[in-house]
Amino acid sequence: MTLDEAAIRDRARALLAEHDPARTDRVTFLRARFDAGLAWVHYPEGLGGLGAPRELQQVVERELEGTPQLDVGKMGIGLGMAAPTILTFGTEEQKRRYLRPLWTGEEIWCQLFSEPGAGSDLATLATRAVRDGDEWVVDGQKVWTSGAHLSRWAILVARTDPDVPKHRGLTYFVCDMHAPGVDVRPLRQITGEAEFNEVFLTGVRLPDTLRLGEVGEGWRVAQHTLMNERVAIGGAPGRRGGGLMGIVARTWRERPEIRTHDLHGRLLHLWVEAEVTRLAGARLREQLAAGAPGPEGSGMKLAFARLNQALSGIDVEMRGEEGLGYDDWTFRRSDTVDFVGRGPGYRYLRAKGNSIEGGTSEILRTIIAERVLGLPAEPRVDKDVPWKDLPR
Amino acid sequence: MTLLYSEVEEELRAAVRGLLADRHPPATVIARVEAASPYDADLWKTLARDIGVAGLLVPEELDGAGATAREAAVVLEELGRAVTPVPFLTSSVLATQALVAAATDAAAPLLTALATGQTTAALAVSFATSPYVFPATGAPGTAAGGAVTAGTAGGAASAGTAGEAVTVGADGTLSGRVRAVAGADVADVLIVPASGALYAVDAADAAVNPLVSLDMTRPVADVTFTAAPARRVAEDLEPLRTALRYGAGLLASEQLGVAEWCLTTTVAYVKERRQFARPVGSFQALKHRLADLWMEIVQARAAARNAADALATGTDTDTAVAIAQAWCGTVAVHAAEECVQLHGGIGMTWEHPAHLYLKRAKADEIALGTPAAHRTSLATPAGLPSPPA
Repeated sequence: MTLDEAAIRDRARALLAEHDPARTDRVTFLRARFDAGLAWVHYPEGLGGLGAPRELQQVVERELEGTPQLDVGKMGIGLGMAAPTILTFGTEEQKRRYLRPLWTGEEIWCQLFSEPGAGSDLATLATRAVRDGDEWVVDGQKVWTSGAHLSRWAILVARTDPDVPKHRGLTYFVCDMHAPGVDVRPLRQITGEAEFNEVFLTGVRLPDTLRLGEVGEGWRVAQHTLMNERVAIGGAPGRRGGGLMGIVARTWRERPEIRTHDLHGRLLHLWVEAEVTRLAGARLREQLAAGAPGPEGSGMKLAFARLNQALSGIDVEMRGEEGLGYDDWTFRRSDTVDFVGRGPGYRYLRAKGNSIEGGTSEILRTIIAERVLGLPAEPRVDKDVPWKDLPR
Repeated sequence: MTLLYSEVEEELRAAVRGLLADRHPPATVIARVEAASPYDADLWKTLARDIGVAGLLVPEELDGAGATAREAAVVLEELGRAVTPVPFLTSSVLATQALVAAATDAAAPLLTALATGQTTAALAVSFATSPYVFPATGAPGTAAGGAVTAGTAGGAASAGTAGEAVTVGADGTLSGRVRAVAGADVADVLIVPASGALYAVDAADAAVNPLVSLDMTRPVADVTFTAAPARRVAEDLEPLRTALRYGAGLLASEQLGVAEWCLTTTVAYVKERRQFARPVGSFQALKHRLADLWMEIVQARAAARNAADALATGTDTDTAVAIAQAWCGTVAVHAAEECVQLHGGIGMTWEHPAHLYLKRAKADEIALGTPAAHRTSLATPAGLPSPPA
């Protein structure tokens, strides 16, 4: 049975009638919402959804306005990357075990993909997982792990077969971040704070039930995760003149003394670019809702990074003297990812990461060129060579 | 609102594309631009009458199709993709919209004639005229003596002087000259702004002097009126402003089509062309440029669709049109320039059609307001007030 708007609305109202958000604690309400299938309506029944068209989620959001909401700054990796991967590749037990606390925020997720020696060339990663009976023993080092210090679980890609070419010897796991041998150390960034971590894995034992997908299928599973990440980073809905553009425009309006013709021209350029990017994102979401996903996802992240960097740069520049200051260099661990918070200097520096995290802009351009435009790949020296024989 | 294409729109696209593929290969266009007139009258007849594009924007009660800007936009994408020399934009969009907006008894029979494709019209204003040279209130700027008719407010005025050069004589005839009019050389009827109103003049009663034009597939002409008999079709210039805005919004879709052809053709070429023992399209320097261009076109499609939808529904029209024009004009030029560059020496030859697209894209950048004129108009909706003068 496909559900229509009215049926969804009825369900949302029934949820509110049974669990008055004013008198229900946050987690209880979110659990009830998940169990009512109103977490993500396009997910299957029993897993927080109703198997309904994705666009009906808007109906739920409208009906449940003002009720406890998700902390998406903390839960970005879980919602945007782990959940779609578990849904696609997980066993029934895995789906039932992980998706509910992931969605309610009771369990935070992080991502153990990049390594000091494997960034853009992720498939060359060296963290080893060796089978030992019903368990895997994991050794290696991961890096750029947002929120590892808050996380209960991680999605992990490790090498299970060094004797085959790099893409074929990988396996995808759920990593227990509380397991012995998991050591999380903060990694200080150019902003002064530590949003990321280094994660050292030493003799970490993971039961085989934590494997996602088949042994050796890790690259295919990871591709799925990364595509979802890029849509999640670049495809956030917005309103006209919102986000960083809104912050810059407000400064411009509040301070007539900073206005020059040169800045005005550049701001109008950026306003138009922000708006066409927003429209492209809206069109992409329409395509997704209509069940015809376009290849625009990687492009949205590319456009978002360029725009954010340009806007955050002009934001510092146009403040003149004030731009010479910085709000706070104190070393601290942040527990949320925030592109529009704090001062202009912080935003400028944080935006530099937008063209690196989740696939550098250079890698994204190559993906677009090869997978969307069908241009031939660069000659590859590493393609058919067993991973262990690659030059390093 | 939707930024996607409907099934009906896709069918219309397929019909136009099929016809153009059949009857209008690039070699034909190159041969045509060297003839006296590039326009393909037979092709236009088929497009206008058989597929019915001439009457798309004419109301049903006047024998048109009563379609919206969304369908016209799809036709323009295809005409842009093939740089087809037919007067769809100039007659079926610009002149037709001016008459539709006028909504007068005098305009009605003309619209019916336009709908069938038997008559072709053109707006007798410079093709460089932006919608912003007219005051939005509908009150035309008038100078002492009533000689100058169109307001020239806004910085864009210098890039396109409106119909100020034509005046109405005591006997009701029109005199004056308008420069750089697009589509005048194939028009049967000219829609002329003069003394604060709009008039229809038979082209036979005007001197139309085609200019050697940058855009060989849509040349412009100087039009001179000497006591030309005229019929008044609108009492003020508001319909003209509406038509210019409508045309500017839909021009974005033509620019999208131009850009798409340039990208597709370039991608195909760099896959084939080998240097250093490999396809040049396997070099990262080229791949990244084409990926950036692809993204610009993704944004252009969203902006052009948004403008067409806004024109169809009448909501957020000014802003949506200005955004689309501010973006798509630049993207089409960029696409055409990349097309020439990435074709190497071949791209510089007369024989290869890339130059037709470059010339169209560059002329389109000026047409109906430059990207700068459209951006400037966005200062208020963007909440970015201008600095003191």
